[in-house]
Amino acid sequence: MTATLWIGTRKGAFRLRLDGRRRVCKLSGPQFLGHIVHHVVQDPREPKILLMAAKTGHLGPTVYRSSDRGRTWQEAGQPPAFRKAATGEEPRAVERVFWLTPGHPSERGTWYAGTSPAGLFRSEDGGDRWQPVAGFNDHPMRPKWVTFGTPDGQLVHSVSIDPRDAKHLYIAISIGGVFESTDGGADWAPLNEGCAADFLPDPNAPYGHDPHCVALHPAAPDRLYQQNHCGIYRLDRPGRRWVRIGRAMPQKTGDIGFPIVLHPSDPQTVWVLPMDGRTVWPRTSIDGKPAVYRTTDGGESWRRLDRGLPRSQAWMTVLRQAMCTDGRAQRVGLYFGTTGGEVWAGANGGESWRCIARHLPEIYSVTCA
Amino acid sequence: MSCTVRIPSPLRSYTAGAATIAADGGTVEEVLASLERRFSGIRFRMIDEQSRIRPHIRLYINTGEVTALSQPVVAGDIVHVICALSGG
Repeated sequence: MTATLWIGTRKGAFRLRLDGRRRVCKLSGPQFLGHIVHHVVQDPREPKILLMAAKTGHLGPTVYRSSDRGRTWQEAGQPPAFRKAATGEEPRAVERVFWLTPGHPSERGTWYAGTSPAGLFRSEDGGDRWQPVAGFNDHPMRPKWVTFGTPDGQLVHSVSIDPRDAKHLYIAISIGGVFESTDGGADWAPLNEGCAADFLPDPNAPYGHDPHCVALHPAAPDRLYQQNHCGIYRLDRPGRRWVRIGRAMPQKTGDIGFPIVLHPSDPQTVWVLPMDGRTVWPRTSIDGKPAVYRTTDGGESWRRLDRGLPRSQAWMTVLRQAMCTDGRAQRVGLYFGTTGGEVWAGANGGESWRCIARHLPEIYSVTCA
Repeated sequence: MSCTVRIPSPLRSYTAGAATIAADGGTVEEVLASLERRFSGIRFRMIDEQSRIRPHIRLYINTGEVTALSQPVVAGDIVHVICALSGG
């Protein structure tokens, strides 16, 4: 089984074709050289279709759409944009499109986009024309939910759709927390109970948290996992209280990081890539010794996977969209990209690693198509 | 009213590589609308959804900086679109 990785970088998008043994066949690109590419996502409902979230340093944000597996691209006719502000309202403008999620399988052509400043947008025509999700963007509580952002601004990300119900949605906001809608986005409620927010005056606040990455398990959609600014969590619905499964990580490693990646079929198996969250938050591999950690029991225990990764002086940073699986149910292939422009492949569930590309620009996202 | 718009290189993917475009309009807003009709999508890359000039874009009429899209443009004017970018 071959695989194609789409790599979004600060300077364009790259395509990495791999053979069945995960050897690199061809690295091609850059496409849109000089564009800041936050996300490139394939449509599982129509695999020839890909969407790319892009902007340049000076031009406004946009979305590109391909209907031939990334050979050619067309710009969205109406990129995500907030509605015109009424008199006296804060005028909001999309600064970047940060996240893309294909809609429910029953809603062909539907996509969601998360932006900075915090906004949620929906397209019903395959990503050509985007409309604000007013239920979130104009929610009366939104100004309280989202009061400040990351150094890169407020970020709406981790848009998840319950495969059993197209109207059941989750989003995450850095910084703001996890939010749930059960009516297709018309109304939203915080879902952060149990998550630490030790940077807030009230550590038990109902919102204001910093989820770095949240994922709903496609085969067990009552289960969500979260890599948060303050730990690794699991939530089993209909429960509402997150459990800090990162407590089982080695104490000297901690449970801070950006991505969290789920096994394609086993809801007990999850991978994380811990980063240094001590003191001034270096956000690099801890002590310069990168490692992936895997649980196969839903977070009761974790195992370090570092065979093939550098043993010392490797100060990697891996961003929230920059780690994925190849979607195989057996002998899962894992991939991650670093801000230093390297792509690493982990064979057999991450048992052994090797670098498959280097010298790329700063990597923002790695997705498998 | 016909003027000339100077297109910076980051926007020439919309104009098939053309660095100057003749456009119509009595105001900057009308000139941009004229551009948008011919080169769909180009306006939004320069002007946000609140009709503000984007932070790293500057517009000039001849040598005077544009501060409002309602500013008049007269025949023979040159509208410059400048991409002001810093950083790596």
